[in-house]
Amino acid sequence: MTDLTSLTLAEARKGLAAKTFTSLELTDAHLSAIEAARVLNAFVMETPDQARDMAKAVDAKIAKGDAGPLAGIPLGIKDLFATKGVRTTACSKILGNFVPTYESTITSQLWRDGAVMLGKLNNDEFAMGSANETSCFGPVGNPWRREGSNTTLVPGGSSGGSASAVAALLCMGATATDTGGSIRQPAAFTATVGIKPTYGRCSRWGIVAFASSLDQAGPIARSVRDSAMLLRSMAGHDPKDTTSVDIPVPDYEAAIGKSVKGMKIGIPREYRLDGMPAEIEKLWSEGAAWLKAAGAELVEVSLPHTKYALPAYYIVAPAEASSNLARYDGVRYGLREKGGNINELYENTRAEGFGAEVRRRVMIGTYVLSAGYYDAYYLRAQKVRTLIKKDFEDCFARGVDAILTPATPSAAFGIGEKGGADPVEMYLNDIFTVTVNMAGLPGIAVPAGKDAQGLPLGLQLIGRPFEEETLFSLGEVIEQAAGRFTPARWW
Amino acid sequence: MSVDAATVRRIAHLARIAVSEDEVPHLQGELNAMLAFVEQLSEVNVEGVEPMTSVTPMQMKKRQDVVDDGGIADDIVRNAPATEGHFFVVPKVVE
Repeated sequence: MTDLTSLTLAEARKGLAAKTFTSLELTDAHLSAIEAARVLNAFVMETPDQARDMAKAVDAKIAKGDAGPLAGIPLGIKDLFATKGVRTTACSKILGNFVPTYESTITSQLWRDGAVMLGKLNNDEFAMGSANETSCFGPVGNPWRREGSNTTLVPGGSSGGSASAVAALLCMGATATDTGGSIRQPAAFTATVGIKPTYGRCSRWGIVAFASSLDQAGPIARSVRDSAMLLRSMAGHDPKDTTSVDIPVPDYEAAIGKSVKGMKIGIPREYRLDGMPAEIEKLWSEGAAWLKAAGAELVEVSLPHTKYALPAYYIVAPAEASSNLARYDGVRYGLREKGGNINELYENTRAEGFGAEVRRRVMIGTYVLSAGYYDAYYLRAQKVRTLIKKDFEDCFARGVDAILTPATPSAAFGIGEKGGADPVEMYLNDIFTVTVNMAGLPGIAVPAGKDAQGLPLGLQLIGRPFEEETLFSLGEVIEQAAGRFTPARWW
Repeated sequence: MSVDAATVRRIAHLARIAVSEDEVPHLQGELNAMLAFVEQLSEVNVEGVEPMTSVTPMQMKKRQDVVDDGGIADDIVRNAPATEGHFFVVPKVVE
C-alpha cells in the first residue's frame, strides 16, 4: 500500500469508500507524520486522542453506509477557529490557556460532514503577519528549501501552519483565514491551493476576529479539487453571522473539469510592477497561455486604483483590529497582569499579552480612529475602497469572467529576512492579494511553477462575487498544465 | 503627517497598552513609517465618493426579538482569570 499521507483528499475519499483502508489508519498515518515533523512547528496543539476517537466513530458510520462528504478525512485547524474543549489562542499570549465552550460554525460543519481533527495549526498572532513569524509559539518552517541550501524559509502567513502542514503531508487539508492574503500568499509559498471565497460565503462565527469587513475563511488543500470539496462543507448561511449570505452552496466539485472555452480572462496592467522578478513575469504569461490553449480569451484590463489598495488596507484593517481587540482586557478570559487600578490592569495586561506587530497595529488603528484624524485617514480609506471595488465592477461589467495575476511578488524568503527595520517591507508581500479583500471578491492561488532556486510560485485568479465555481474550473486548467509540486523531505 | 513622542504616549493610553519611556522612540519610528506609507492616499480624488459601509450589497439581517440562548453563566465565566460565583472580579473601580 502506498503511503496514506501522499494521497489527495479525493483519492482518500475513494479508498475509504472502497474500504481499502479505514479512517483510523489514515488518521494514524497523519499523526505519525505530524510527530516526525515537529521541527516545522506547524502544529501548536496536537489532539491525537480526539482524532482517533473521531476516526473510530466515523469508521462505524462508513460501515453502516451513513457517511458525510468528508467522512474520515483528517484535517488541521488554524488556531483562529474556536474548538470546543480544545485550547484556542490565535497564537497570542493574551488568550493564554483559553478553552472555548463552543465550536466555530465552520469547524462544526466539517465535523458534521465526517472530517477528523488532528490538531490546531500555527498562525501569525491574531492573523497579523505575512510570514508566520509573529506567533507566540514561534515561527513555522516551510517544507520547501532553496536548492542546495539548508536555510529554513517562512511558509508565508498568516495561515503559515496550515500551508506548511498541507505541503508537508501532515494533514489532508486545513482551515485558514484571509484578511489581506493570508490564505493565498502561504499557499503560493508552499505549492498548495488556497481559496478565499467571496465575503459572506463562509460564516465568521467562532473565528477570532481581526478586521471584520475583510476577514473570510477558506481552505488550503493539496489540489484544486480538494479545495472545492472542503469549501463546500465550510460554506453556507449562518444566522449567527449577520454578514453571512443566504444563498445556496453549489456543488463546487462539479465545476472541476468544466470547459473554460469562451471565458474572458482579464490581465490587469497595473499588476506589472517595476522591478518584478523576470520569473514571476514569465510564470504569469505562461499561465495566460495555458488558459488561452484551453479556449479562454485574454483581454488586457485596467484596475487604476490598485496601488492604493495596500495603503488603504493599512488604515482599514488596523482600525477594525483596534476595535475588535479591545475585548482583550484581562477580565473575561485569557491573561491578566496585576495593576493598582482597573486602567493599570488593562494597560499591563495588553502590554504583556500583545506581541510587537499586534501592538503596532492596534496603536495605528487607534490613532486613525481618534478625534481629528478619522476623516483624514479612516473615512478617506473607505472612500478609496469604494473606488477599488468599482475598478473590479467596471471590469466585470465589460464581460470579464475572471482576472489572472501573480499570487505574490516573490517566492518564500528566510526567517528574519524581511520587515526587521521597516514594517512596510513585510506588508508589500500582500500587494497582489489585498485588493481582493478590499473588494470582497473570491480569489484562488494555484501552484504554477518554480523559480530558479527551486521554490514554488503561484498564480492568482480573481472572480466575480459568488462565482467561486469559475475559479475552480480555471484553477484546474492551471493545475493540469503546471502539474503538482511536492517538497523533498528533509525534516 | 507624523506623530511626536507625546502623541505616541497618548495613543498608547487610548489603546490601553502600557508603554515604557524607552520604547517610545522605537514605536514613534514604526508608526511614522506606516503613516508615511499611507500618505499616498491623499493624492486620490475622492470628491463625491461614498465611503464603503457594506462589502456585499445586502439588507442587514434582523433576528426575532426573542431570547434564543442563555442559561450558560458557568460557560461565560469559565475562562475568566478571577471570578466570584458568576461575577468577574476586578480591582475596585468606584471609591
